Amino acid sequence: MRVEPKKNKIEKHHLEDFVGRAYMSFCVLLLIVIIVSMVYFVASKGISTFTSGDVKITEFLFGTKWSPEGDAPSYGAFPFIAGSFLVTLIAALIASPLSICAALFMTEIVPGWGKKLLQPVIELLSGIPSVVYGFVGLSVIVPFLRNTFPGQGIGVAAGALVLSVMILPTITSVAADALASLPQNLKESSFALGATRWQTIARVILPTTFPAIMTGVVLGMARAFGEALAVQMVIGNAPFVPKSLFESASTLTSVITLSMGNTTMGSPQNNALWSMALVLMLMTFVFVLLVRMLERRNKI
Amino acid sequence: MKPRTADKIATALIVFFALLIVAILIGLLGYILVRGLNHISWDFLTSAPQKIRAGGGVGPQLFNSIYLLVLTLIITVPLGLGAGIFMAEYARPGKLTNFIRLIVEVLSSFPSIVVGLFGLLLIVNTFDLGFSLVSGALALTFFNLPLMVRITEQAFRTVPKQQKEAGFALGLSKWKIVTNVLFPVALPTIITGTILSAGRVFGEAAALMFTAGMSSPRLDFSNWNPSSPTSPLNPFRPAETLAVHIWKINSEGLAPDAAQIAAGASAVLVITVLIFNLAARYFGRVIYRKLTASKRMS
Repeated sequence: MRVEPKKNKIEKHHLEDFVGRAYMSFCVLLLIVIIVSMVYFVASKGISTFTSGDVKITEFLFGTKWSPEGDAPSYGAFPFIAGSFLVTLIAALIASPLSICAALFMTEIVPGWGKKLLQPVIELLSGIPSVVYGFVGLSVIVPFLRNTFPGQGIGVAAGALVLSVMILPTITSVAADALASLPQNLKESSFALGATRWQTIARVILPTTFPAIMTGVVLGMARAFGEALAVQMVIGNAPFVPKSLFESASTLTSVITLSMGNTTMGSPQNNALWSMALVLMLMTFVFVLLVRMLERRNKI
Repeated sequence: MKPRTADKIATALIVFFALLIVAILIGLLGYILVRGLNHISWDFLTSAPQKIRAGGGVGPQLFNSIYLLVLTLIITVPLGLGAGIFMAEYARPGKLTNFIRLIVEVLSSFPSIVVGLFGLLLIVNTFDLGFSLVSGALALTFFNLPLMVRITEQAFRTVPKQQKEAGFALGLSKWKIVTNVLFPVALPTIITGTILSAGRVFGEAAALMFTAGMSSPRLDFSNWNPSSPTSPLNPFRPAETLAVHIWKINSEGLAPDAAQIAAGASAVLVITVLIFNLAARYFGRVIYRKLTASKRMS
């Protein structure tokens, strides 16, 4: 029997190190593969609308007529793009002041029990599934709007209200983190100058943390823009640009949700839906870019 | 206006809006539970849904949701742990690391419907797995993986540096330090995060409509052979989850008691998410106490 020289033998801990490192590299590689294939597949499907010559890109983006089943089918997706932006903006306008107040309440007004009270509330609100928000919107907000305002109740206002509650936790938690990480001496020097709490908040705290709070708002808007089912349930899904807040409309996500299952793969209508998915994806990139820019500004 | 009056008004407004959020949550939970709880019974939780008659339940949907969650966690937890540990302990600051971080950020902010469509295109059609539990679990993996990576990375970053240095001083290999020194300390945070992410996956619907499907075949709950088409354990059968079911009966429900079923199912969903939240807190605390009080360090 020959004894192997010790030099050639791989020691056990080296082997362990190697296997562990290989496995972890595989996991990271998988992430890269997933995102590359996701971008590739959605983009290639979404672009085929324009490359196959059925629809011009300007018609898709700015055309206001969506009638894929008409005699002369037209694929104008502008009503859906407008609807998505509209509900997202209104939801952000409703939710941002509320969230900033909640964050101020937790960090500046009553830091002790305010945090104890609001932290679980925020966590619970963010944990409630979107279909449940849609269900509550459909059975509470829609009847309320129908009885108090003109129209059917379903529409832009209902969608924006449901979305604003959904994005409250996102904005609040980011804003509260930003406020809590503010250097203490900034506040103290303002108080030492004789400023009241509100003066300190309005002139010192909010301007300093503005980029960080905006990060939260953008993250909330990204969530609102991509939300599908809750909006679909309450917005009414009419393919027109809404003229008032109480008229029904559609968003990119609600149209995809409703129509994707009823169209055959490869038909012009189906391709147009994929182009909408591509628009959603490009908007995600825009939101991530905005967040990164805001974070960079926040560092200085 | 005097600064003092302005201060009082502003404080009152801030307190009012903060309490308004608390009121919204209480109203929401109260509404869901009050409307839903009296429709929940053992029969509702176990019987199959009815298409056009009243009295259907959500048994198969509830089972599908839980089974899908288990399948998803089996796939995501090991992958997320691997990538997260890599990001926390092995990745050196540089272009590649920044790129991976950007990927995790983008992947976690993709709308779930885009993830579902990608699943439809790649898994359901190209890989030809059809509308099935496996397709759903894979779509949820795309959805959940970035979250797991982030949770793991954060958990590892909070471990005190001295613990790692002590391991190096003893001459341990990097792998030994990661698995036997850092991992036990990071585990409570990882478990808490995993349970919380499971709550999110449990309520997810948009990504599942196009991958796991919107129907459930007739299931035979006495048949536990995973390869039989009527077995609940068969991973290649279509499966409608509870969240998808709520969406479906709200938008196209034909049963006369559709509203009650939606209320009951919503209550079940919310209660489950509440249980996930409480469990995450509880386990996090218990395991933290166990691991930090015990002498088993290496």
